[in-house]
Amino acid sequence: MSALLFLVPIALTLGLIGLGAFLWTMKNGQYDDLDGAAHRILLDDEEGDEEK
Amino acid sequence: MEAEAVSNGGADCCSAAIACKHCGEPTSGGDFCCVGCEAAHSAAHAAETLTAFSSLAHQQDNGDYRLELSVEGIHCAACIRLIENAVSADGDVTHVRVNMTTERLSYSWHGEASHGDVIAAQVVKLGYKLRAPGEEEVGGEGSQEKALLKAIAVAGFAAGNLMLISVGLWTTTAETMGIATRDFFHWVAALIALPTVIYSGRPFFRSALSVLREGHTNMDVPISLAVILASVMSVSEALRSGEHVYFDSAVMLLFFLLIGRYLDARAKGKARESASKLLSKLAGTAAVLEGGQLQRVPIKELKGGMTVVVATGESIPADGVVCKGESDVDLSLISGETLPQHMKKGAEVFAGTLNLTAPMEITVTKASENSLLSEIVRMMEVAEQGAAKYVRLADRAASLYTPVVHLFGALTFAGWWLVGAEWQIALLHAVTVLIITCPCALGLAVPVVQVLASGKLLKDGVLLKSGDALERLSSIDTVVFDKTGTLTIGHPTLLEATYDPDDMQLAASLAVQSRHPLSKALSAAYVGETIPLDIKEIPGKGLEAELDGQVVRIGSRRWCGPVEAPAQETEALELWLSVDGVPKTLFTFADQLREDAAVVVSQLQSLGISTHLLSGDRVVVAKAIAAELNIEAVTAEVTPTEKCHYLNDLKKAGCKVLMVGDGLNDAPALAAADASMSPSTAIDITQNTADIVFQGSKLAPVVETLMTARQSTVLVKQNFALAIVYNIVAIPLAVLGYVTPMIAAAAMSGSSLVVILNAFRLRRTKIKV
Repeated sequence: MSALLFLVPIALTLGLIGLGAFLWTMKNGQYDDLDGAAHRILLDDEEGDEEK
Repeated sequence: MEAEAVSNGGADCCSAAIACKHCGEPTSGGDFCCVGCEAAHSAAHAAETLTAFSSLAHQQDNGDYRLELSVEGIHCAACIRLIENAVSADGDVTHVRVNMTTERLSYSWHGEASHGDVIAAQVVKLGYKLRAPGEEEVGGEGSQEKALLKAIAVAGFAAGNLMLISVGLWTTTAETMGIATRDFFHWVAALIALPTVIYSGRPFFRSALSVLREGHTNMDVPISLAVILASVMSVSEALRSGEHVYFDSAVMLLFFLLIGRYLDARAKGKARESASKLLSKLAGTAAVLEGGQLQRVPIKELKGGMTVVVATGESIPADGVVCKGESDVDLSLISGETLPQHMKKGAEVFAGTLNLTAPMEITVTKASENSLLSEIVRMMEVAEQGAAKYVRLADRAASLYTPVVHLFGALTFAGWWLVGAEWQIALLHAVTVLIITCPCALGLAVPVVQVLASGKLLKDGVLLKSGDALERLSSIDTVVFDKTGTLTIGHPTLLEATYDPDDMQLAASLAVQSRHPLSKALSAAYVGETIPLDIKEIPGKGLEAELDGQVVRIGSRRWCGPVEAPAQETEALELWLSVDGVPKTLFTFADQLREDAAVVVSQLQSLGISTHLLSGDRVVVAKAIAAELNIEAVTAEVTPTEKCHYLNDLKKAGCKVLMVGDGLNDAPALAAADASMSPSTAIDITQNTADIVFQGSKLAPVVETLMTARQSTVLVKQNFALAIVYNIVAIPLAVLGYVTPMIAAAAMSGSSLVVILNAFRLRRTKIKV
């Protein structure tokens, strides 16, 4: 049963990393403009583009 | 011949007298008759690209200014690219981003605050309309959705991990696992669940608290109670190394309910967003001329006596009198009249009407809050307040549901306690009852049906502006149509006839540059190359150009047509083409019915819905249209107030009325109706009032929306029925203690899934008419 002592924390840590990543993407505004993101993929990359 | 053409006066561009570009009076050689006209002319043109948003910019920590504006007309990737490139071309811009979903442009720059206007002007030059975002649009609602999404994420994470632990607990017993291991699992579960309940449960707790304070209950009260009781009981069980630990049930419950809550908030947020977008269009600015200087003044700050310059294509901001220039003015917004009227110096013009052919100066007579437009808006507000508040089906169900659930829970606890069970056991059964009766059908299935239905309609170009519009629409038994712009296209179109191709080309080449409805109809009917011409538009008369030394005109009968021809009823709906003063061709126009108007009316009638026609136009015209469409109830020559009364009378007679209209004169009637629709060609106020806005040149969306509304209401009712059946089976079992909270949570989730799947049937079924 001692395996549980590290397996459970590992499971929880992995889950927390996923949760943290999701919250970060949300805070980062990645879900703010889903329509725009779908269209932006069609744009060619140019240096000095939108995120100047 | 040539002399005759010139004899019409100085307005014609020929050798001796040159017409002033602004007011049309002869000048002494230059382009303008006076300095004032020159200033007004350039001002009117500049007005179209004038921007004044920099006052809204706010300074950021690093000293840069940041501005967020609403952009109209973003359609595709190219628009994003175009705008972002135009803005970032400015050397001072540090950041630019276009948000397509919210149609916002945000950019920041360093340097002067006022530099923001220069940048904004670049975007306006591209042809996009910018406006300041409305107050309610800034922040606010989006953050509520975000908070819910975060709560879902946390609850989802916790539910997943708790399941991991629960599977271990369910598949083994205390004997094989050992008490210590089981307790370890219980405490890990508590560690995950308690913070989650506190964090993700807040939306429910807050709402439950606020209604309890006012002495009511809502759906959130039993939800909060079940979650809190389940958690508290589990903690006490864990403390005494018991086996009834049900953190997973509590968290699962939260997870499912939060999804429903989120969908609901999104649907409402979308509806509100589109409503506020329309509303903010109304709050524009006007170009006021003061001492030869042009200033942008908010429309609501206009005062009597001010001189306003109205550029071509702009709407007139306030009631007033024309003091310089002449033009054709489109009155259709106020009167429903199809054809523009010619306005000369001294003529009275109304706010909200559209200036079509030439710039004008107007002396404001009434401040904008006293204008005809505002009067109609006020009337509309009164009608809106008068309309009884509709209680949503889900809310009605909830008001019945919650007391029953609480009663069962309390009775279960009391019953088991009286029978002599331990209080923990009694509480356990009571919590099971609360969990198993969890109002998921109400909390989840109604929003799911709504989101699916509105998504489906949106694909067909129908925009729902209020959440309960579908429900109200499903009980409609009477439809009242406006005529102009609703049953008809709303603008004249060229009547089918054989025209000489050369004449057609010539006429279209002239018409292509004009905003007059007849010109627009003519150029819309013409397919092919146009001849580039230097065209002069003479307000009230027509268009003129010179081609191969000949003067070519299109315009009114009096100006271009045969002099001897008698005046006719149809005179206003015709254009004559003349070459060197000789009339050549007559083009006739009419405001035609929408192509599927007859089909839609007969479909409605076959559904058992009575149809009415309510028009501000002349009786003869309305009767003719009604006869063509087989509508029996016709009322014509009604004022906006009478329209409103007509609707109220119908409602008093017990009818559930859907009003379909597009004009400003329809707005009060739309507000008074049980449900209302307007085409997207309608003016802003009307679109703003209507529950539903539909796009396209067809009327079919009226039937489609009606059918979808009926169907989704059927599905909602089925979902309620499913929930009731499930509860009838589950509650007795739970009360008698045959169900553990874990099975209750599973049963609850199962019933939610059934209800969601049922809602998805909306997508699969085809609309049959």
